[in-house]
Amino acid sequence: MIDRETVLHIAQLARLGLSDEEVELFRQQLSSILEHMAILREADVSGVSPLAHASRLTNVMREDEPGPSYPPEMLLANAPDQEEQCLKVNAVLEES
Amino acid sequence: MSALHELTLSEAATLLRQRQISSVELTRAFLERIDALDERIRAFTLVTADLALQQAREADQRLQRGEQVTPLTGIPLAIKDVICTKDIPTTCSSRMLEHFRPPFNATVMERLQAAGAVMLGKTNMDEFAMGSSTEHSAFFPTHNPWDLDRAPGGSSGGSAAAVAAGMAPGALGSDTGGSIRQPAALCNVVGLKPTYGRVSRFGLVAFASSLDQIGPFARTARDAALLLQAIAGPDPRDSTCSPTPVPDYTAELTGEIRGLRIGVPVEYWEAPGMEPGVARVGQEAIQRLRELGAEIREVSLPHTRYGVAAYYIIAPAEASANLARYDGVKYGYSYRDTSDMWEALDKTRQYGFGPEVKRRIMLGTYVLSAGYYDAYYKQAQKVRALIAQDFEHAFEQCDVLVSPASPTVAFKLGEKLSDPYQMYLNDVFTIPANLAGVCGISIPSGFSEGLPVGLQILGNAFAEATILRVADAFQRVTDYHTRRPSL
Repeated sequence: MIDRETVLHIAQLARLGLSDEEVELFRQQLSSILEHMAILREADVSGVSPLAHASRLTNVMREDEPGPSYPPEMLLANAPDQEEQCLKVNAVLEES
Repeated sequence: MSALHELTLSEAATLLRQRQISSVELTRAFLERIDALDERIRAFTLVTADLALQQAREADQRLQRGEQVTPLTGIPLAIKDVICTKDIPTTCSSRMLEHFRPPFNATVMERLQAAGAVMLGKTNMDEFAMGSSTEHSAFFPTHNPWDLDRAPGGSSGGSAAAVAAGMAPGALGSDTGGSIRQPAALCNVVGLKPTYGRVSRFGLVAFASSLDQIGPFARTARDAALLLQAIAGPDPRDSTCSPTPVPDYTAELTGEIRGLRIGVPVEYWEAPGMEPGVARVGQEAIQRLRELGAEIREVSLPHTRYGVAAYYIIAPAEASANLARYDGVKYGYSYRDTSDMWEALDKTRQYGFGPEVKRRIMLGTYVLSAGYYDAYYKQAQKVRALIAQDFEHAFEQCDVLVSPASPTVAFKLGEKLSDPYQMYLNDVFTIPANLAGVCGISIPSGFSEGLPVGLQILGNAFAEATILRVADAFQRVTDYHTRRPSL
């Protein structure tokens, strides 16, 4: 069973603001979903290596050839705020 | 000649090349059909009529000159709104990307354009492809053309409904845990999930990167083969895209499956929640394949019962990482009403994401967090290895595996919304193929309670030609795929 504090902790890790109603809803739903996941403990995985990817590829490399990039104004066209070809953000560090 | 919107993609391609119809006429017919029906079905998030007619005119010029003509030249298609289209809104049916216009085309879009295809518009989906009913769209739910009170399945429900209702002869979708095959089954169309790595994921908005694949919807196996032919193959912009050469898929559609070994996974028929009507249709379909000369044998995929649980750990884990990019800084929705960086980030994601997306980000973050990683995520990856081994063993004994694509027919809108795990269980037959990376197709195979039932045919990695051959052989002796909903 997941408690309220755990939900808030996970939301903080995920940087996901939640309303009070959502905190309670997710507490119940995540608890219930994870109960179903308990079935995985029944699987005998002794000696089994984890499989992260079903692709049979090791790595596919391409030639390292320089090519044109997208123009900055095109990439910035979707940005919520910008100045002099830079993304504009809230202050990260402030003088104390 | 039947009404233009009733033509299959192959029929339309033949008529276009014989110049009996023009692409502009064909495109207009589908746009009119969309105008007439989509108010009720709501398959499209955006109809790009002007662009479609412009592309149709260009296709007509190509056809007139006889240059660079492919089977897709002049064919109108619907595109799931998770695939990036240059300068055309690509929303993933999310508030987060409501006003996003990609500066580039997905590789599949470049290939369709090079083939001369026409884009009718973008189709509705569960937000960021998370869901099995298209009810998790931030904009509106899509309705199943066979019963407007029911869900079309998901997450590619818009694409499936568009083809089922004759609003497009073909469409593209994406399949992470069954998001092409399940809606295809519930809407009575063909839906194909290619082998992982067969089709480039460049420009597909990422959900769970080790599982996602783009694939086609169509009315026939032949049409699905033509669409796959156009989009498959290596891409230097996706390092997980396979260099394996693409065979000529239509050349394999011989109608001959005599002696082919078809496996029936016993576990798939014992799954909880399998409706008796669905099981009956599935058994009848297997009998048909036997009559066509295939050798039917029982096989075991012993770890099937763990599939859904493993998937709903692995997919949300990958999603929680992929969706970290939505921070309100680079693109997408941005909460502006504060000068505090952390508050802006929290609120951007609080208001930009809908409930199912938040649920999966929370679940994914939890299973990856310190203390739970080994118990959940690592254990799920080990179970994934066991499921992949199940398929390896099965494909040593058989050429393909068959089962129903979904344990139920289309369910009522709203019916499963309050219980997420019940919704997740609807993907029990489709999920294992994504975990193992093999290919699969769902084709119309009959009806239960007046609603369509899909037959899923799974093939080994890069065995698309084989599953298409079985699908085509089945369609030559049945007419389920020709039946249309009354609209």
